This record gives sequence, structure tokens and C-alpha cells, in this order.
Amino acid sequence: MQPNEKLNIEEILSDLEQYRPRRRGWSWRKPVPNQTAGPFTYKQTSEPLQQSIPLPAGKYFGGIDPQPDCVITSEIASGRFEDDLRRMRMAAWHGADHIMVIRTAGQSHFDGLIEGTPEGVGGVPITRKQLRATRKALDLIEDEVGRPINLHSYVSGVAGPEIAVLFAEEGVNGAHQDPQYNVLYRNVNMLRSFVDAAVAKGLMSYADMAQIDGAHNANATAREGWKVMPELLVQHAINCAYSVAVGMKKSNICLSTVPPTASPGPALRYDLPYAVALRELFKDYRMRAQMNTRYIDSDTREAIVTHALNVLISRLTSADIQSTITPDEGRNVPWHYNSISAVNTAKQALLALDGILDMVELKQEGPLRERVRELKERAILFMEEILEVGGYFAAVSQGFFVDSGQYPERNGDGIARDPRGGVGADTVVPRDPDYFAPVCAHFGYNRVPEGLTSPCDALGGCTLCHPEKIAYVDELDPEDNVTKRLEATQGLREAGLLVPEVEWSGDGWINVQVFFPTDVRTAEAAALEMAKRFGLTDCEVIHRQVMQPAEGTYLEVKGRVPFAIDPSQLVIPEEVPLLSEDIIRQEVAKRPMKVVAATVGEDEHSVGMREIIDIKHGGLEGFGIQCFYLGTSVPVQKVIDAAIEIDADAILISTIITHADVHRSNMRRLHELCVEKGVRHKLLLVGGGTQVTNEIAVECGLDAGFGRGTKGHHVASFLVRERYKRAQEGAPNHVTDRGTGC
Amino acid sequence: MQRKDDFASRRQHLANLSEAQLEERFWQLAHAIVQPLIELAEKNTSPSIERSVLLRLGFNSWEAKELVQAISDQGLLSKGAGHVVYVAARHWGCDGLTAGRRLLQGQGWDVVHAHFQGKGVSAGATQ
Repeated sequence: MQPNEKLNIEEILSDLEQYRPRRRGWSWRKPVPNQTAGPFTYKQTSEPLQQSIPLPAGKYFGGIDPQPDCVITSEIASGRFEDDLRRMRMAAWHGADHIMVIRTAGQSHFDGLIEGTPEGVGGVPITRKQLRATRKALDLIEDEVGRPINLHSYVSGVAGPEIAVLFAEEGVNGAHQDPQYNVLYRNVNMLRSFVDAAVAKGLMSYADMAQIDGAHNANATAREGWKVMPELLVQHAINCAYSVAVGMKKSNICLSTVPPTASPGPALRYDLPYAVALRELFKDYRMRAQMNTRYIDSDTREAIVTHALNVLISRLTSADIQSTITPDEGRNVPWHYNSISAVNTAKQALLALDGILDMVELKQEGPLRERVRELKERAILFMEEILEVGGYFAAVSQGFFVDSGQYPERNGDGIARDPRGGVGADTVVPRDPDYFAPVCAHFGYNRVPEGLTSPCDALGGCTLCHPEKIAYVDELDPEDNVTKRLEATQGLREAGLLVPEVEWSGDGWINVQVFFPTDVRTAEAAALEMAKRFGLTDCEVIHRQVMQPAEGTYLEVKGRVPFAIDPSQLVIPEEVPLLSEDIIRQEVAKRPMKVVAATVGEDEHSVGMREIIDIKHGGLEGFGIQCFYLGTSVPVQKVIDAAIEIDADAILISTIITHADVHRSNMRRLHELCVEKGVRHKLLLVGGGTQVTNEIAVECGLDAGFGRGTKGHHVASFLVRERYKRAQEGAPNHVTDRGTGC
Repeated sequence: MQRKDDFASRRQHLANLSEAQLEERFWQLAHAIVQPLIELAEKNTSPSIERSVLLRLGFNSWEAKELVQAISDQGLLSKGAGHVVYVAARHWGCDGLTAGRRLLQGQGWDVVHAHFQGKGVSAGATQ
């Protein structure tokens, strides 16, 4: 697959009957201690990617994109898996190597497997076809970026053992599995949940899958998330001990842990002792560090700060998997670019904190240790009382769990379940003395008839040993399937039309950010009216924030664009390739070049221009171009005088300040004064600055403009190419007649 | 149930434990809580577990669902759905999928019942 080619969804969907996953089991990143990237040496990074997109600031350090040592998760499940595949590719290019596919609402109560590719709500229906297509796409993507990508979903509900078989057969690499989640949050009968879980965990162990537990849900459900910390330790312990008893390796058991608090609370004072207590008690297990969702609102900025602080806790303690939550989770189904934003928040924060524990350490006395000790003791007291009342089922029936009090305090608002009730009640059956399951990886009592060495020999082998025996089902519903959905957007693809997209192909959603200088209610009505007049449909205000009750309100309003753009009708400026550095040097050596450079107007910014000129930064001097730098706040007149005096080939002006469009007037004045003095035809005029573009500069009469991200190489290439072109044309004074359009 | 935070009095028996002793106690309790649950899981089965067995034998998901329902209706889930298929396949001298599909058509249940009633527990080793 080429980087500039789109994923071919139709190709991915073809021949799925024949598709087999290339491996089983989870892949961790490969750490590389003391790895060098650009000017830096890192302590906590892993093998680099072959192709990726660095953080925006990476360009200041040679385009580096170091990969932290822990796996980074992206949760992607829009309801249409075929659109999610493209988002998975984008996430992988930004550094995600764990793709978590959330299940559609209601799948946990579905008594069996779902087949085909129906559309999901709040997630994706997990089916064999969907898993094969996803795993097949991830094979292509992992080859492209050069790192294994883990596919993950959920083994819970009333079909856990079947889903575990499906996952083992289809090469799913990790899954949530925690019977307590079923009991507490899905009201699945507790006997059924634990009996099923043992078989499911056995299958997951066989397939070497990573398991993530469900304890973090107590955070998200409790009124005051931080008060359930003792209970969280207990929930983790029950799932860990149960999994180990089934036979799961501790190194495949990941604790799903969330910093329970968020600012404006003094979050780290609560969250750090909890993180330390957890890692001390569960030192043989893996940590899947999730970000806080309990206190997420519609402000993406606030969510990103919370999530960056969550990563600080990961680095001050440990994380094997750093999960991410999209910053728009508090307002809508996550959008494409917000999934990427979340991955980048994790990557950016992890890299910033690289090696932090070489320089700071957590205190071994004082409030941190006191609180760690207290949390451990509270958790022990919790478990003592579970046993006192008669065990886990009795404790659940008495509402021990998800109580808003900090144990042993109890507020009587916990989730209580009846051991005889819930979904799937009365469905558990004792195995008879002659119970026999003629398959591999089957947990529990199994009386294998005499003469058989392996239970699966009885019927000629099972699908785990003989994958060719797997029964593939394509589609069951003739209307609700991926083929029908792709047909609906086929016109767009065939015509090559462009429609904005954030969730599904052709959805048309855009987000408009706007400030109105009025109160919140008026601003909201104004924002909707504005979006309507833009021609958007289905408009909705998705974020509002008062700046001051009378002075104004910031809002974000989403709406659908009711048209498509035809790229063939667009005027796209041709990209001029850069001359090679050697050719530039040769040309300058043959015909020396002199330039005068200055920051003009009342403007003291010098860094940008110096980087363009300075030999140390690969600037013009490095190509042999002679540069006369006049400094900052230089009048335009003086720059021209200097150019005339030294007989320069070009003038470079930098104009950073844009207040009242002063950058435009400076450029326009440079051109006009050169015309007045009769030197315009002799000089190449170049403008630069953070808000300057080539179009703006040319409009103002200059020959070229350079904006953010420009290097000396770009400017040198332009100067040499343009001088050569004019020499060929023989009549450079064509510019003198040109008026300015700005 | 509502209760004030009585941590200070309730913790007295833990106060003098070292960190290592505390962690040991934590895990002893966790194992004690899960032990009866694991025993329950070892000795019981469920429709989903039995469907997972049939999937592993190569049945598709709706065949597995119907067959487990039929086996349950016959009161034979406690024998294991795969076991029922195995008994029928041996009787007919066919593969498991064929046997299961014939059972789904209502054939062979008398043979299966006769096997389990007549012969009782066949000698074998547990795994």
C-alpha cells in the first residue's frame, strides 16, 4: 500500500472467506534504551516506525517522531466499521498500536453471536466478517507503519465463551473480560457471568490474548469517583485472582486504571497515591492507564489538559498501555480528528516526561505513603467483610459495590443484584460425571473417553487446531449490511467528489467556532441562525462557554454541509519542486548573489529572519549567498537604499506583526518604493512572516512570499530559480508595470 | 446499608502489619473470595459454553444456537453438547457436523438417550 493511496475497502471486503489472521496473541512495543532521535537521547522509547506523522513541533527537531515505550490505544467505533478502517490507518500513522473496537449497544445482552455487518449504535456489532475485514486492514496498515497493531474488543455479556472462541479463531489480540462488569453494569446473572467467564478466560489464555479488566467503570459510575478507590483495588484483585486461577499468565493481565479525580479538584493529591498503591499491590501485572471520562465536559481544551495530567501519573508510576479518550467524548460520538488528537496528547505528554524518574522521585514518607497505606488497608477491610457476609455473591446482593461512600463508609447507594435474578438467570447447569467437551482449551471438568489423548481427537480436531473447519457466515440481513452502505456513497467515490467527514463517509459534518459579544442564550440562538444562513443543516450547538456574562460567549456549532466539492474544478497552485542544495551552491558559485535582509516597520522579531539567513540553521549563507542583515524595526526606505548601495540581487523583508494589516502595507510599500526609485526590475523582492503566504505577497507586488515553516533552502531555491528564469527571458523589467492588488 | 467511616477503629488489627504482610493479606483474601467461584465454574456449564464447544467443532453460530437449544430441551446439556454430537456421530459412523445436522432434523435422539441412560458413565480420564 502506498502512502498516497486510499485504503481499498472493496478489496478488503473481498475473499474474506479465505482470510486467516497472520498471528495470535498480543504484541508489546520493543523498548530501545538510550535511543537517539534528532538532537535528543531518550530513556523511554521503542523501535521507530517506518512511516508516521510526527507531532507538529517535530519539524523544529528534524522531523523526528520518537515512539514512547508503552502501547498507545485508540478507541474507534463509529457504528460503521468500514469507515473506521480509515480512521484506524490515520491513528496508526500518529502512533496508535492498539485499536479498541467498542461494541454496539445491546450486544452484551445478545444471546449468541451476531453475523454479517449491520450498522451499530454507539459502537460496532462485533461479528466474524467485521473482525476479518478489520484484521485484514490492520495487516496492511501494520506493514505500512512497520509495527504490529493489536486489535481489541469485548468478551462480556451472555455470549462470552462464544465470543472468546471467535476472537481466538480470528486473531483478535486483546479483550476486556471481567465478570464483575456483567454483574454490576449489565445485570447479567452472577452465576452465569462467573461460570462463562472461566471458559472465556481459558480461551483467551490459549490465544495468548491480553486481558483488560472492567474496574474503571466504578469510577465512571460513582457520584464521586475518587471515593471508590478502595473498591477499585478489590475489583482488580477479584478479576486478577480469578484469571490466574483459570490459568491466565499474569503478564497478559492488564488492570484498567483511571486517575479517579480531575481538576479543579487537587487531582494529583488524590490520584497519585492511588496509582502507587495499585502498582505496589499488583506488581506482577500490567497497567493499562486510561484517561478520566467521569469529569469530561464539552470543552475539548479542558479534556486535553486533564488527559495530559493523567499521562503525568502514568510516567510518575508506570503504564504498559496508555489508553486515550477523545477530547470530544463529552459532546458527541468521537470524530476522526479527535481520535488522532487523543493519540497525540498521549504521545506528546509521554515524550515530554521521558526519563522523568531519573530526576525526581516520589517521597517515601509523608502524605503520599500515608495515603497509600490507608488505601491498601481500606481495600483489605473491604475483602474481609465480603468473606464475613458469605462471599462475593452475598456482598453484591447487599450492595457493597459502587457505593458512593469511601469504604468502610457506606451511603447505601451501591448497585445490588439478586444472585437468582438478572439476564441469563437459571441457565447454569451442573456438569454430570460423564460430561465431555471434545475440543481444546476448555476450562473445567471434562471426562475424556478412554483411548483419546486429546479431547479434540474425538471428532477429528477442533477449529483451534484446524482453522479450515471454521464456519464463515457472510451476511444474514439483505438490507442492513456493508455492501448496501457502500452503494449509498459509491457516487461520491466514483465521481471523486469531496464532502467533509468526521464519522462516516459523506456525513458532511463541520464544526464552526464562533464568538458572539453577548450573553449565552442570545449567543446560542445567534450561532444557530448563523449556521443556518451558512446553509448548514442539522445544526446544533455542541459547546458553549461564557467569557463574561455580558461581554460575550464562545461557542462551537456543528452542521452538515449540503454540497460536495469537485476537486477537478479547484484551482490548486502548482507546487514547485526545490532545487537540490548542490545545484543551488553551484549556481551561486558561478554567479555570486547578494541579498539585503531586515525585519521592517516597528517590529522587533528577529528569530525567523535569522533562521532563514544563518549558516547554522541551513540558511542562505550556507549556500554561499552573501547576506547583509540590517536588524529589526528597519524603515522600508532604508532597506532599499542599502540594496542599491551594495548592488544586491534581492531584498528579503520579514514582517511578523499583522495588526491593522501592517504586513500587507509593508510589502506593498517595498514594491512601490522600488518602482519609484527605478530599481524594481533589478531586484527580487521577497516577503516573509508567520501570516504571510505567497498569494498575499504577490498580491502586494512582491515576487514571492514565505510563511510558517520556511527554511533557508526554500528561499535559496526560489532566488536561484527566479534569477535563472529572468536571465533566460532576458527582460526582467516586466514587473515594473504590475499594480498591486491589495 | 448506611455506615459512617469507621476506618480508624476497624483497621486496628492491620496497624502493625509490615507492607509485605499487608500485601500478603490482600492476596490471601482475594484468593479466598475467588476460590468458591472457580469451583462453581469447574463444575457447571451454560448454553453459551456449550455453543462455544459447537463453534469449535465447526458449526456456524445459528446451528450452534439451535442445537444447544435442542439438547437443552432434551435435558442433556449436563452431558455436554459436544458429547451428544460425539455419541450420535459414533452411532452413525459419520463426522460431527453431519451428526449435529441430523440431530437438528430430529433424528437420533432415541439413540442418544439410550446411550446416556443405558451405559451411564463411560470409563475415562478427566482433563
